[in-house]
Amino acid sequence: MTPDTLLAARGLSLSFGAIPALADVDIDLWPGEMLAVVGESGSGKTTLLRVLSGLLRPDTGVVWYRDPDGRLADVHAMPAPMLRTLHRSDWGFMHQDPKDSLRMTVSAGGNVGERLMAKGARHYGDIRAAALDWLRQVEIDAGRIDDLPRVFSGGMLQRLQIARTLVTQPRLVFMDEPTGGLDVSVQARLLDLIRTLVARLGIAAVLVTHDIAAARLLAQRIAVMQRGRVVETGLTDQVLDDPQHPYTQLLVSSVLQA
Amino acid sequence: MNGYNFAYLDEQTKRMIRRALLKAVAIPGHQVPFGSREMPLPYGWGTGGIQVTAAILGADDVLKVIDQGADDTTNAVSLRRFFARTAGVRTTTRTADATVIQTRHRVPEQPLREDQILVYQVPQPEPLWRLEPSRVETRRMHGLADYGLMHVKLYEDIARFGHVAISYDYPVLVNGRTLMSPSPIPSFDNPKLHMNPALQLFGAGREKRIYAIPPYTEVRSLDFDDHPFCPARLPHVCGLCGATESYLDEVVTDDRGGRLFVCSDTDYCAGRRAAGHAGADGMKAAAE
Repeated sequence: MTPDTLLAARGLSLSFGAIPALADVDIDLWPGEMLAVVGESGSGKTTLLRVLSGLLRPDTGVVWYRDPDGRLADVHAMPAPMLRTLHRSDWGFMHQDPKDSLRMTVSAGGNVGERLMAKGARHYGDIRAAALDWLRQVEIDAGRIDDLPRVFSGGMLQRLQIARTLVTQPRLVFMDEPTGGLDVSVQARLLDLIRTLVARLGIAAVLVTHDIAAARLLAQRIAVMQRGRVVETGLTDQVLDDPQHPYTQLLVSSVLQA
Repeated sequence: MNGYNFAYLDEQTKRMIRRALLKAVAIPGHQVPFGSREMPLPYGWGTGGIQVTAAILGADDVLKVIDQGADDTTNAVSLRRFFARTAGVRTTTRTADATVIQTRHRVPEQPLREDQILVYQVPQPEPLWRLEPSRVETRRMHGLADYGLMHVKLYEDIARFGHVAISYDYPVLVNGRTLMSPSPIPSFDNPKLHMNPALQLFGAGREKRIYAIPPYTEVRSLDFDDHPFCPARLPHVCGLCGATESYLDEVVTDDRGGRLFVCSDTDYCAGRRAAGHAGADGMKAAAE
């Protein structure tokens, strides 16, 4: 851990009964960097994301987060109000299914504005302007601002979730398979959008995905997980071009070449 | 009355309710759970208010009961007679003479005093209930003062209708901390809650919750800086007493479109007429 590490995890272990979901996992994340966590289904990727973001408590191990003032805080030891404040301002969490985070009975503008209002914004005009600006940034037509999310397509829902998450300018975003369940062309546009926004805003992100191509496109560094362990970690291109661990070799060679 | 304890409830139950009331006064706006009893009237007719009234009533109290501002509706008459029989307390319809006022959906027009207690009947104590279905989650939101969701509702109203379209049960922030439902009073009455000299108690019988606003407590209706809170009032004059400031009911008088706007607070209206004020319809009736 260096003095500017944003998020650091040491010795994370968690078992669900006899099943070890995480076994002695170390993670480091620096500001403005995107770390991809790849592996097959059931390898502990989503569990790791939930533990890192404080939603799930590990059996052993600790997660450190450095706040904007440079102080380190133990994510699992901080009081509930503080963690809540982090989650609605400094942090963002993007679910695989946008319906898990969006309010389906609230208009698109209200969905984008909710985090602002939770942070204390009390000027309708400003909130509306911010919502319009963010809808434009995620390429949703401004005329749809008062539509309910249930009339949106899957790709639009995912883009709305991006706008809703990034509107408070978070420093750290947790992404759980943001391109899952979308068709290939929509995936490509979404990946491009995420890459542009993350680069422009300088956001650090932990990206959980089973899509090696998405990891290569978005992430600077990669961690490969198998049965709850991080078996290989390093620069994305290095790991994917020259995999050392047998499991990583299997994973890379199993991707279909178009 | 023989066979009943004073004010119907037994002493242990009244003590339990008083403990809840003390806690409610100590944390303004906070919903305190209590062991709500089966009362001799159905849920929704004021079982919460009647239990609070029973717990605070003393032998020399003077009780007034109002229902939507009126003293003469079935609900008000029945509840008043209930306490006259089970507690033998004096009852009144005059706001100024009462020491305890049980109310459904209105705050009296006449300003209250420090020696008066206002008891509200509350159907749904949780202001977030239409927005967040889980009570575990709403309790957590209250605990963390995480009330952004309520403003999302206001945002939606302005986006859809151009103004906040909540005309009754308009959510308030009590003492700068707790989000509270003021019970289904019209938003017109919300400003009267603010810094009121009287103690205000809220009882929800079916939902088993009690909460309170102590005297002289800040009560602010939620709004946006650029869409300030605006209490709703019909743009008419009372037909009987000519009042221009009071909250009005619309009464349909025939099947040819005839209608009459009258003060919903009957005691206020009667007091004004006794003092010589008259509205257009009142004078017409006198002429006939």
